[in-house]
Amino acid sequence: MTISASYGTAHQHDEPGSFWTRYVWSQDHKVIAIQYSLTAIFVGLVALVLSALMRLQLGFPGQFSFIDSTHYLQFVTMHGMIMVVYLLTALLLGGFGNYLIPLMVGARDMVFPFLNMLSYWTYLLSVIVLLSSFFVTGGPTGAGWTLYPPQAILPGTPGSGPGILLMLISLAIFIVAFTMGGLNYVCTVLQARTRGMTLMRMPLTVWGIFVATILGLLAFPALLVSAVMMFLDKTVGTSFFMPVIVSLGEQLDYSGGSPILFQHLFWFFGHPEVYIVALPAFGIVSDILATHARKNIFGYRMMVWAIVAIGGLSFVVWAHHMYVSGMNPYFGFFFATTTLIIAVPTALKVYNWVLTLWQGNIHLTVPMLFAIGFIFTFVHGGLTGLFLGNVVVDLPLSDTYFVVGHFHMVMGVSPVLVLFAAIYHWFPKVTGKMLHDGLGKLHFWGTFIGTYLVFLPMHYLGFLGVPRRYYAIAGTDFIPESAQHLNSSITVAALVVAVMQLLFIANLIISLRRGKTASANPWQATTLEWQTPQTPPAHGNFGAQLPTVYRWAYDYSVPGARDDFIPQNLPDSAVVLDDAQAYAKAGQ
Amino acid sequence: MSIFSKLTEKPWLAQPEGQDPALHYLAEDIWPQRTALKFFLATVSVLFSLFIVTLLGRSQLPDFQVLAGEPWLPLSDRSGLWLSTSLLLGSSLAMQLAQWCAARQRLSAVLGALTAAVALILLFLFAQYRVWLQLADAGFGFTDTAASNYFYLLTALHAVHLLGGVIAVSPVFLQLAKARAATLEKTLTLCCAYWHYLLLLWLLLFWLLTSPAQTLNTLAALCGFGEANL
Repeated sequence: MTISASYGTAHQHDEPGSFWTRYVWSQDHKVIAIQYSLTAIFVGLVALVLSALMRLQLGFPGQFSFIDSTHYLQFVTMHGMIMVVYLLTALLLGGFGNYLIPLMVGARDMVFPFLNMLSYWTYLLSVIVLLSSFFVTGGPTGAGWTLYPPQAILPGTPGSGPGILLMLISLAIFIVAFTMGGLNYVCTVLQARTRGMTLMRMPLTVWGIFVATILGLLAFPALLVSAVMMFLDKTVGTSFFMPVIVSLGEQLDYSGGSPILFQHLFWFFGHPEVYIVALPAFGIVSDILATHARKNIFGYRMMVWAIVAIGGLSFVVWAHHMYVSGMNPYFGFFFATTTLIIAVPTALKVYNWVLTLWQGNIHLTVPMLFAIGFIFTFVHGGLTGLFLGNVVVDLPLSDTYFVVGHFHMVMGVSPVLVLFAAIYHWFPKVTGKMLHDGLGKLHFWGTFIGTYLVFLPMHYLGFLGVPRRYYAIAGTDFIPESAQHLNSSITVAALVVAVMQLLFIANLIISLRRGKTASANPWQATTLEWQTPQTPPAHGNFGAQLPTVYRWAYDYSVPGARDDFIPQNLPDSAVVLDDAQAYAKAGQ
Repeated sequence: MSIFSKLTEKPWLAQPEGQDPALHYLAEDIWPQRTALKFFLATVSVLFSLFIVTLLGRSQLPDFQVLAGEPWLPLSDRSGLWLSTSLLLGSSLAMQLAQWCAARQRLSAVLGALTAAVALILLFLFAQYRVWLQLADAGFGFTDTAASNYFYLLTALHAVHLLGGVIAVSPVFLQLAKARAATLEKTLTLCCAYWHYLLLLWLLLFWLLTSPAQTLNTLAALCGFGEANL
């Protein structure tokens, strides 16, 4: 049991004096969180534009002369990699992890503030390197976000020159950045909790980010290993992944490496990456549901254990992405089984979310709408995952639009809905302003219904056999012409969803400038970040004295208490009883 | 309290006023640098484990030829590698000595031992470079064979981690100059752990990279590698 006595003294966190140390080279976790978030949102908007361009081609093939097959593949690749790594991972961990961990565990800052600052600037460098590939000869890589060799580095694949090299370098830099940030997150959780904040009193948001960070520290090395080895295969001609191969009629110098080795490495990273994104989302959605349903989270211990179990199991399911790779069929049996097993703690979480809502005093605020929307999309994406996790069903569906629909529901739309829920929920604390409610609701319904209109029909396209990543499907006999009508409607829906995100950006800007002033605890939540003396929290977070924690994070609607929430830092003696309780106590 | 006990707490149960055990624990275990080092070493271990697993996988493909085991293979004569190993061992012992001296407040001895530890690391790197040159002269350059791909890559990565250690230890010299004995011992304890870890890692790499084909085949079979799986 550790407490943050050594991190509680104010002198260690002297307020920065100049503009540069306060807002640019800042070591304050809140400023770094905002830097991470703004960068991630910017790069996410780039990826959003790329997806809109892709959809234009698919919905209205050949109508836009500036989208040729080369550009299309580059858009697909960069959209996928940016969204998964540079947006979702960075925003959930670098953004929300940075902002919420110290505030929620009652610390003044991360334990290594300088390293934290370095983490952000290294992340920014990785983003710059990645985006610079748009401006080099041949453009960015078009190998697909999985970057499978041998095609990723061979002529004929778009961006197989500097483009793929910049992608690999950028990933390596990102992993260095993540490692610096990740060490901070786990050490702050383990070593800087305030007095009374036991592990089991931590909000589930912190649990999710904590376990996801450990996953990242153990999974990202796999991506680094594959990036380093592929970089050497491309630049100096080693043969780690490159088999004996003839390219464009010419025998290359490669001597017999194994492309499947790359796939194993990639997915040893890639599947935990799903949970690196999902676990923080699970934690955040749990806290938002409990707060806005005015009810304690159902099965808190089970929720913690499920997060830990999912984290562990996520390392033994990777090859369910590789059923068609030609690996040993017995592996398929093993990985299908582990995939079914990991569904158990995941389903447990879903039941607990629903049971938290059951008979709750549900406030349909914007964050709550997004959180409930997440339950729908996650259940949807999770169930289709059970199809793809089984070898015999996966084989015909592999590399079709069914897969695209599945993973966008479970790993795209679901965490993005949680990100929106989190932004609407914590924006008042971060900025001191409320986001506009009407615009927020319009944003929710447009996004929620729009994404269903985009991704639900894709499952049907997958059943028809429409392959993913194809520039055009015209002239394919087994695909009916009606598939093209569906594709057109998907594109229209996708464009509407894209416009909705511009509405969200407008809401951020308008509310920041002219929004209603937020109170210190507008949602009447229990966790420590809402109990800071200032809103937004000042440097050092908690004023002269760190808070002491007397209870868990979910004391909502406690019988006998006057208010329907009891903050974590309120001792029993300070809890105001309701009239009946007060009368009974007075009579004793 | 064990991790199991912590995870089975029932946080929703009200604690009687003044008897909350969570408020009575002392801050006896605050050492974030040590926690960070543990997680960092776990990350580095995964990194090298994955490289090693790919080596074992790659070793099962037909074109793979080991670097040792037969008289005509370049690493059958391991004298160069034994020399570098002894230098790294010496560095590790010197670092341990520095930590031991720091615990006894003998700052001048710490300076000597620490300088020796860093110097021996640099000599180790030079010795490794000599082995590289010898290998290249024997026709086993970086890109010449699959096994030499791995030899150069893994030794280079190990060297990068050593250099990282040298950079990380440089503030200790500053602490020495300011005679901060209190923080010195803690810092050197962590440096020692890192140094010993890299020594053990090198011994593992040394063994694997100079193993005969039979050993690699056995290890690969234990990892589930066969030609059918690749």
